[in-house]
Amino acid sequence: MVDLSFKIKDLYFKNPVLTASGTFGYGPEFDDFVDVSELGGVIVKGTTLEHREGNPYPRMAETPSGMLNAVGLQNKGIDYFIKHIYSEIKSYKTNMIVNVSGSAVKDYVEVAEKLNHLDAIPAIELNISCPNVKEGGMAFGTSCESAQSVISAVRKVYKKVMIVKLSPNVTDIASIAKTAEDEGADAVSLINTLLGMAIDAEKRRPILSTVTGGLSGPAVKPVALRMVWQVSKAVKIPIIGLGGIMNATDAIEFFLAGASAIQIGTANFIDPEISIKVIKGIEEYMLRHNFKTIDEMVGKLEC
Amino acid sequence: MKKSVQYFTINAVERLDAEHILIEAVSPVPLQGILPGQFVNIDVEKSKTTFLRRPISIHDVDEAKNSMKIFVKAVGDGTRAIYEMQKGEKLNTMFPLGNSFSYSNSQKPLLVGGGFGLAPLYYLAKKIAQNGIRPTVIVGARNSKNIFLTEKFQDIADVHVATNDGSLGEKGMVTEHSLFTNLENFDKIFVCGPEPMMKAVGKIAVSKNVECEVSLENTMACGIGSCLCCVADTKDGHVCVCTEGPVFNIKDLKW
Ligand SMILES: Cc1cc2nc3c(=O)[nH]c(=O)nc-3n(C[C@H](O)[C@H](O)[C@H](O)COP(=O)(O)OP(=O)(O)OC[C@H]3O[C@@H](n4cnc5c(N)ncnc54)[C@H](O)[C@@H]3O)c2cc1C
Ligand SMILES: Cc1cc2nc3c(=O)[nH]c(=O)nc-3n(C[C@H](O)[C@H](O)[C@H](O)COP(=O)(O)O)c2cc1C
Ligand code: FES
Repeated sequence: MVDLSFKIKDLYFKNPVLTASGTFGYGPEFDDFVDVSELGGVIVKGTTLEHREGNPYPRMAETPSGMLNAVGLQNKGIDYFIKHIYSEIKSYKTNMIVNVSGSAVKDYVEVAEKLNHLDAIPAIELNISCPNVKEGGMAFGTSCESAQSVISAVRKVYKKVMIVKLSPNVTDIASIAKTAEDEGADAVSLINTLLGMAIDAEKRRPILSTVTGGLSGPAVKPVALRMVWQVSKAVKIPIIGLGGIMNATDAIEFFLAGASAIQIGTANFIDPEISIKVIKGIEEYMLRHNFKTIDEMVGKLEC
Repeated sequence: MKKSVQYFTINAVERLDAEHILIEAVSPVPLQGILPGQFVNIDVEKSKTTFLRRPISIHDVDEAKNSMKIFVKAVGDGTRAIYEMQKGEKLNTMFPLGNSFSYSNSQKPLLVGGGFGLAPLYYLAKKIAQNGIRPTVIVGARNSKNIFLTEKFQDIADVHVATNDGSLGEKGMVTEHSLFTNLENFDKIFVCGPEPMMKAVGKIAVSKNVECEVSLENTMACGIGSCLCCVADTKDGHVCVCTEGPVFNIKDLKW
């Protein structure tokens, strides 16, 4: 028997497979395909203080082995979430985690404060890395000083588990991860999307309405693996790895590089059942390689 | 009907020219309750360069045979690989997705199609005919070589054609067809085709005060409302074409 569970502080996850923010809706979108309660956790859509309409269409461009998106944090705001969405998702028997986004420190703080009171939300993921909002967002995640200001401010008000999601659009991700740890983050997740762009040569126009957007999918996996590996050398808090995971083997690579858990993002679009398949695949791998716990496998890269 | 991913088996292919194909595929699960206007999302496993699924309208459903038809135009690698598929091959299909045309309140429906926009209109015409109403259909294209499937509609509908060069039917755009001069003869118009065509039809429908539904073809990633990539700009803000659509009443769109 293998034990797939892991913990962030005192928060128990029955397995290390979570779904990534912005790729799994709020959960009910996938009810026809999987039993959402079987997942280790679900990170819901980026949630902001105010309602946001997001960027104009077109917001998506397919790229070699991946896609660019420029959704721009479309969501109905935290109050709508609490009033209308929370009741619909609180009965899932898994860790429902809200991805908190914003453009000013006080916005993050206010959203986090409101989430303190929701019993069925045991953690937040602080998104300081979205490339698709003009103001703030990624700017917070691209320097140690600005990351520090938002993380420490939210830490002061948020009592439960705080995960900080890191941007790959930086020269030294390990130093940002270290800042997050020093400011009281309980875990870090990485990576968010890589800034990219796509062009329609015939029309001589950018494909995305915003010109640039965030790259995800298998195209970013090597970058994500490298960053997880670098961050694992710099911090002691758990790392949640993501970026291009399409199957259990991809997931295992992240554990070996130093992640204690993983998230599945873009892959949900191609196979809506993939998250559950990955849980089974990880279990099979652990049996074959004689790992009894996830911990035994984390960082077991021989080099 | 519950959504799922299934491997359909291709039962028949009919290549209409070097770009257009009609495929019949059999489902391993019962195909009951599919609505006209709904679509499938196909994982084109054979195309190396096609990463995301491709949305394709449901062209027809035969509940007795448990089969579905799709009408596809090869425009890029994904649809080209679908065009190359043979009888016996499997189609990785996510379905049924999207809403439906609302046709039950229409006594005198007009269906307008252009290009592969004709795809969802056949199943709609069939459903309307099952209610004892004979719909009118106009198909528009550049020339006669680009007019497909009209003979398949003939048993269940009155079919008209408009071509830009006059090589078949009336000469001109669909909106210049004589049926449009007396648009008040119809109580609802259902349109699917290139966006400029849908907008042109929509404009006339509004001016003549006839209800009009259009089926949008926004690019998609997930097809199930989870990525928010496919949005249309509506009076209620950005809404997902894959779940709230693809069919919209034009009065809800900011056109
Ligand atoms: C709800 C819905 C129903 C559809 N039904 C059908 C159908 O029944 N039959 C059919 O043949 N096609 C249909 N389409 C369009 C079809 O999905 C696209 O043609 C297909 O995704 C193109 O993929 P590709 O890999 O062949 O081409 P790509 O390489 O992705 O694109 C080739 C070219 O086509 C253009 N293109 C891509 N997607 C679209 C689109 N959605 N609309 C307009 N231009 C596009 C691109 O800009 C590019 O210039 C439908 C689309 C939607 C959203
Ligand atoms: C359509 C789309 C929307 C996303 N929205 C968010 C978001 O709201 N908040 C966030 O932190 N990350 C968001 N992401 C980033 C993903 O959560 C993830 O970090 C990224 O896609 C890399 O993982 P993947 O390659 O497995 O998709 C989004 C990604 C996509 C493709
Ligand atoms: S395609 Fe993902 S929300 Fe419509």
